[in-house]
Amino acid sequence: MNQALEAQAYTELLQLYAEYTAAIDAGDWDRWPEFFTEDCIYKLQPRENHERGLPLATLHFHSKGMLQDRVYGIRETLFHDPYYQRHVVSLPRVLSVDGGRWFLEANYAVFRTKLGELSTVFNVGRYLDEVVRVEGALKFASRSCIYDSEMIPNAIIYPI
Amino acid sequence: MNDTAITLPSSLSWPGDGVHRVPYWVYTDPDTYRRELERFYYAGHWCYIGLEAEIPNPGDFRRSAVGERSVIMVRAQDGSVRVLENVCAHRGAQFCRERQGNRKEFVCPYHQWAYDLEGKLRGIPYRRGIRQDGQLSGGMPADFQMEGRGLTSLKVAVRGGVVFASFDHSVESLEDYLGPTILSYFDRVFDGRKLKVLGYNRQRIPGNWKLMQENIKDPYHPGLLHSWFVTFGLWRADSKTSLKMDAHKRHAAMIGVRSVGKPAGDVVSGVTSYKADMSLRDPRQLDIVPEEWWKGPTAVMLTLFPSLIIQQQVNSLSMRHIQPRGPGVFDFVWTHFAFEDDNDEMIQRRLLQANLFGPSGYVSADDGEVIEFSQMGFQEKPDQQCLLEMGGHGSEEATNIASETLIRGMYQYWRRVMGV
Ligand code: FES
Ligand SMILES: [Fe+2]
Repeated sequence: MNQALEAQAYTELLQLYAEYTAAIDAGDWDRWPEFFTEDCIYKLQPRENHERGLPLATLHFHSKGMLQDRVYGIRETLFHDPYYQRHVVSLPRVLSVDGGRWFLEANYAVFRTKLGELSTVFNVGRYLDEVVRVEGALKFASRSCIYDSEMIPNAIIYPI
Repeated sequence: MNDTAITLPSSLSWPGDGVHRVPYWVYTDPDTYRRELERFYYAGHWCYIGLEAEIPNPGDFRRSAVGERSVIMVRAQDGSVRVLENVCAHRGAQFCRERQGNRKEFVCPYHQWAYDLEGKLRGIPYRRGIRQDGQLSGGMPADFQMEGRGLTSLKVAVRGGVVFASFDHSVESLEDYLGPTILSYFDRVFDGRKLKVLGYNRQRIPGNWKLMQENIKDPYHPGLLHSWFVTFGLWRADSKTSLKMDAHKRHAAMIGVRSVGKPAGDVVSGVTSYKADMSLRDPRQLDIVPEEWWKGPTAVMLTLFPSLIIQQQVNSLSMRHIQPRGPGVFDFVWTHFAFEDDNDEMIQRRLLQANLFGPSGYVSADDGEVIEFSQMGFQEKPDQQCLLEMGGHGSEEATNIASETLIRGMYQYWRRVMGV
């Protein structure tokens, strides 16, 4: 790939990252599944499980349908204390490119603010991503949120 | 607002002579909490440590906790499982900092006292002093004995691959401790099949540790709080239920048979969590396949007092370890597992159904949330009381979900041991 093309594609990737973060920080849950392919993987997993090859994840979804089910859960079935979340995400680092598939990694920190409370560090980790182009648009074929945080402060309801 | 109401100390007395009222101070008072640790976690009881499958080979170890105390579960050279307190006999350093690994011996980094895998003290640097100008000086006194100076070693019981330990070497056998009824449900899961660890989840819940025991002794809430349970019939008013206990009423089993089909009107009338039109876009998350060893019930939730919950809810299995960290907070550590002889499909199924459980799970995340809300209420008014009259005032075994009998049973036991 020539340099100009590469720079253009990277800019597009940055846009995907920025839009994803903006959507989940705004609580725009309907947009969240739209960043993924139909048979995507979404995973929220403790670092220990990831590093030791243990398959259990805190959340593990195998399709866009499961992400939509999660959105329904957030809105209708999961009783929870409402909170704001705010992500700070690093520039993605390109691990490899393989036939139109981008493998990327980015650090994230999520702050939680409950009504009437101080803001606290909620979850810290990195994304391990696989991005593909579907009908012109970049989508996550896979997004794993591998978190360092040893303790979840009670519950994680919204997507990371 | 009345100023004196804030400063008046709690009277710390038990209201009346029953267990259908539980005062809020049992969840908030620091002295009560300290006595609970001493009487339930550090004496007379068995606490959960881990699974044998986590330490298959000699020298394998993994850290765990009993109450607030750090312990190490280790497989000794002879293949037996030992549980050692993670406190150096010299000056108390919590020497083992790794989560798990393999060791020939444990060496404290501070002054390098060395212990074997059974916790026996094997080496003290400069024990006989240091030679200076041809003379030995310093060192331990000549009559110092290494014997009996090792790490605190707990009494250990292993059953069906599950490891329990007690600081109290006079504690009754694990089998007597659980009693025949609870033991039979324990053995239903752990019947000798080899276990396979699928992974861990950890959450810190800002509530008193007993609230988690009570949550799983409370069949009244699942069909109300958890939409997935009521809508998909996993646990609701028309589910065949039985509530069992050991003779002391400290442990319990909530046994349920899943309801299939639409619920009758009175089961869900007024239940806002029931979503008649709810269906999953991807039903693989509830691809339930009955297993022979269930022997009927589709869910058995065991509360082993004080430290463990064993979950079998359809195809998902987990050990949930309660690790108190003060009157108003505990860590809740989940170990999901499968069986060695499960095929890949069954393992995938167990993993997908794990989306229901844990700190983000469809029927568990909200349990942590409501526990936090209860604790908030308790902290404000230690003398007020919980009202526990569902199913009456007694603590007999029952066969319906509208009953708080298991919680009352636990408080009968609690009052006896705590002397209140
Ligand atoms: S404190 Fe452990 S060797 Fe001194
Ligand atoms: Fe629950």
